[in-house]
Amino acid sequence: MVALKHIIDELGLKVYCCRDTLDRPIIGGYSGDLLSDVMAHSHAGEIWITIQTHPNIIAVASLKELGAILLANGRAPLPETLEKAEMERISVLGSPLPAFELAARLSRLF
Amino acid sequence: MSPRAVAERSAQLGLELIAVCDHNSAENAAAAIRAGRRYGVEVIPGMEITSREEAHLLGLFPSVDAALEVQEVIHGALPWENDPDKFGQQIVADDQDNVEAFNPRLLLGATTLSVEEVVGLIRRAEGLAIASHIDRGEYSIISQLGFLPPTLRLDALEVSYVLGLRRGREIYGKYGLPLVCSSDAHAPEEIGRGGLQIECAAAGFKELRLALAGESGRRIVAPE
Repeated sequence: MVALKHIIDELGLKVYCCRDTLDRPIIGGYSGDLLSDVMAHSHAGEIWITIQTHPNIIAVASLKELGAILLANGRAPLPETLEKAEMERISVLGSPLPAFELAARLSRLF
Repeated sequence: MSPRAVAERSAQLGLELIAVCDHNSAENAAAAIRAGRRYGVEVIPGMEITSREEAHLLGLFPSVDAALEVQEVIHGALPWENDPDKFGQQIVADDQDNVEAFNPRLLLGATTLSVEEVVGLIRRAEGLAIASHIDRGEYSIISQLGFLPPTLRLDALEVSYVLGLRRGREIYGKYGLPLVCSSDAHAPEEIGRGGLQIECAAAGFKELRLALAGESGRRIVAPE
């Protein structure tokens, strides 16, 4: 397990919201942009790498109890997505790097 | 698929009302309507729009003008150019199958508009907004977004001809929206593989709207 804060520092991630939840432990990661697939195959406590920014990503993360959402390729969350994230206490992070590179760097931390 | 071939095949199958929904384009709608008239088939101008989440949404419109109004916004939101060597020419045809023009934008690409923005556009043009083939594992709003966003104001959900309306009702009835089934034909021989029976006064957009809403005695009669 790795603290979310450690991941943010190591990968130089931007924090869009929920700074008070950054001590959360992360057990691994999942990458995917089809939310139906993420609902089926992700696990609680994982950090989820995606390029989807629709508010539904917060509902999926909340439902699956994911540790955080990491937006790849410099994508920024929509305002209504951030609003939901604040309500659900889901950390939304961002990076200009593509998902492949983020997953590679993340896996070195576990 | 040329406008004339679509109309001819539809007439052979005894279809009275069809909707022509090219990907992100309504440029062939007027020709399809004219061709349909010659074969006795009523044609609703439509478009299958790709949202930024890569979900497909059908817009059916009361007139060609309404469809073209929406098309203008859609074309402005398509960032890629077509490469005819890789994807083929995107033909705009007249009702006699003559090539009139080629569309230079990559129509199979995603627009930069969210599902909410697409539905808003369709509704402002007084069209019907229908989520395409929601049972499919790709390009459906459910595959892309996990579930229907609760605030999205859709007029109906489309299930694919593979699933059919009866199974569709069992699985998606919970959303409380009218269900439709269509062929999603990309080639003339695929026309009619899915469809609806509608109890209504005449074949046309207004009657379809009433049937979807279950108003004035109009209704969708499922093919059983």
